[in-house]
Amino acid sequence: MILDVRNLQVKYGNVKALHGIDLAVEPGEIVCILGANGAGKSTTLNAICGLVPPSAGEIFFNGIPIHRLPAYKIVEHKITQAPEGRRIFGTLTVQENLDLGAFTSKNRDRMKSSLAWIFELFPRLAERRAQLAGTLSGGEQQMLAIGRALMANPRLLLLDEPSLGLAPVLARQIFKTIREINESGVTVILVEQNARIALKLAHRGYVMEVGKIVMEDTALALLENPDVVQAYLGGAGG
Amino acid sequence: MELFFTQLTNGLAVGGIYALIALGYTMVYGVLKLINFAHGDLFTIGAYLGLTLLASLGLTGYVGTAGGLLFLALMVMGLVGIIGILLDRAAYKPLRNSPRLSAVVSALGASIVFSNTIMLVYGPSPKVYPQGLLPTHVFYLFGLPVPIMRIIILATSLFLMIGLYVFIQKTRTGTAIRAAAIDQGAARLMGINVDRVIMLVFFIGPALGGAAGLMVGLHYGQINFTMGWIYGLKAFTAAILGGIGNIPGAMVGGLLLGVIESMGAAYISNAWKDAIAFFVLILILIVRPTGLLGERVAEKI
Repeated sequence: MILDVRNLQVKYGNVKALHGIDLAVEPGEIVCILGANGAGKSTTLNAICGLVPPSAGEIFFNGIPIHRLPAYKIVEHKITQAPEGRRIFGTLTVQENLDLGAFTSKNRDRMKSSLAWIFELFPRLAERRAQLAGTLSGGEQQMLAIGRALMANPRLLLLDEPSLGLAPVLARQIFKTIREINESGVTVILVEQNARIALKLAHRGYVMEVGKIVMEDTALALLENPDVVQAYLGGAGG
Repeated sequence: MELFFTQLTNGLAVGGIYALIALGYTMVYGVLKLINFAHGDLFTIGAYLGLTLLASLGLTGYVGTAGGLLFLALMVMGLVGIIGILLDRAAYKPLRNSPRLSAVVSALGASIVFSNTIMLVYGPSPKVYPQGLLPTHVFYLFGLPVPIMRIIILATSLFLMIGLYVFIQKTRTGTAIRAAAIDQGAARLMGINVDRVIMLVFFIGPALGGAAGLMVGLHYGQINFTMGWIYGLKAFTAAILGGIGNIPGAMVGGLLLGVIESMGAAYISNAWKDAIAFFVLILILIVRPTGLLGERVAEKI
């Protein structure tokens, strides 16, 4: 198990956002988390990354407890996130954004090879490396957010709504690249509104409702589960 | 022509000092969206510490005037920088997750504590710097007088400003500061220790302010415990003029404000000097609230 989340709870003030969730992710998997808005999907990712402190529960990464570490330390354990809304540094150049992704890495050769790989995955970023990131199109910004998260050579990559606001063609392209990234050995946790495309990509899925995990199965089984079809795949057929 | 030129060099020297102080406001604002109203008092502390060190250590005796002053400046900058970090720890850090107004009130309180502490330690009457440490002679450029002291002040400010600019633009740490100013959460996701960045900003800003205080002492000869108020306000105006949060903006705003004020004093009325500076503030807030170079800061993704 690469990631082991046990009874994770998060509170925002007095409001409980996560009521004790358990996740188990094996190395090399793509795991998707489905759920409506406010179900706690992003909170789960942010708790794993250390952006929000858990109020209870434990998170182990390769057996090491990380739930008490600050966010910047968790990056050193090779967990990175391309957050919801991309959150690229708009007034910095594409290159500077990517350099910041490698902020924790000391190995220059490693950085160079990551950069070369990212430019291979997203040739568009190479063309625009000197441009301010804020001037990129939505799709390019998403590429940058993912590329930036890859710069630290993550073992576990967390992707929050990578297709949000993208045209279907671009979304498909992003998902194709996510598969490529996964095939190179990076474990992926994917939060996605577009459940169909996410389940087609993922090996397994979790379904969240109001801060709890209500279902867990292989992606194929979830795609055929009538409840999931009803709630997240827009009814029968399709 | 001679009056114009004199006022220009004078304005640039004062403007350099405004710019150095303005950088402290703008850097803290950039990262924390907080106006550090105690910053002007850190400038005053720089001036007083400079005086104390000058008097007690007799630095210039050992290594010559230039070397002594350089060492003095580094000491003042280091000490004021540390006071800046302590200020953040005591007055702002506990309020990091509170409404913004709480931190502003805390800043005003810290300002009062600082200025009263200076008064209690050094007394309420103005203090006089030893004279003759900086060369006072004047050389002539195309027949126009250039006091060498002003050149030294301007050159020192420019040196510090350019140094800061290069640090912010070209180094890894500088890029981390810029990233934290844009989005603290995203900066954390990059592995940046944002608390460390804030600490650094609270060192650099006050250190530059302290250097400005020392220069005012050396240049004008007299300091008092309330001088941080008016210098702080002017520098704050300069930061707004250039676009708050924007480092080159603070530099341009400071120099520009110094020159406008100095020209106004000569051609309109010396008594109206301060009024002119604040008229500029009101004008910029009406016409271009983001400041001269401010649009890049206001940009949101």
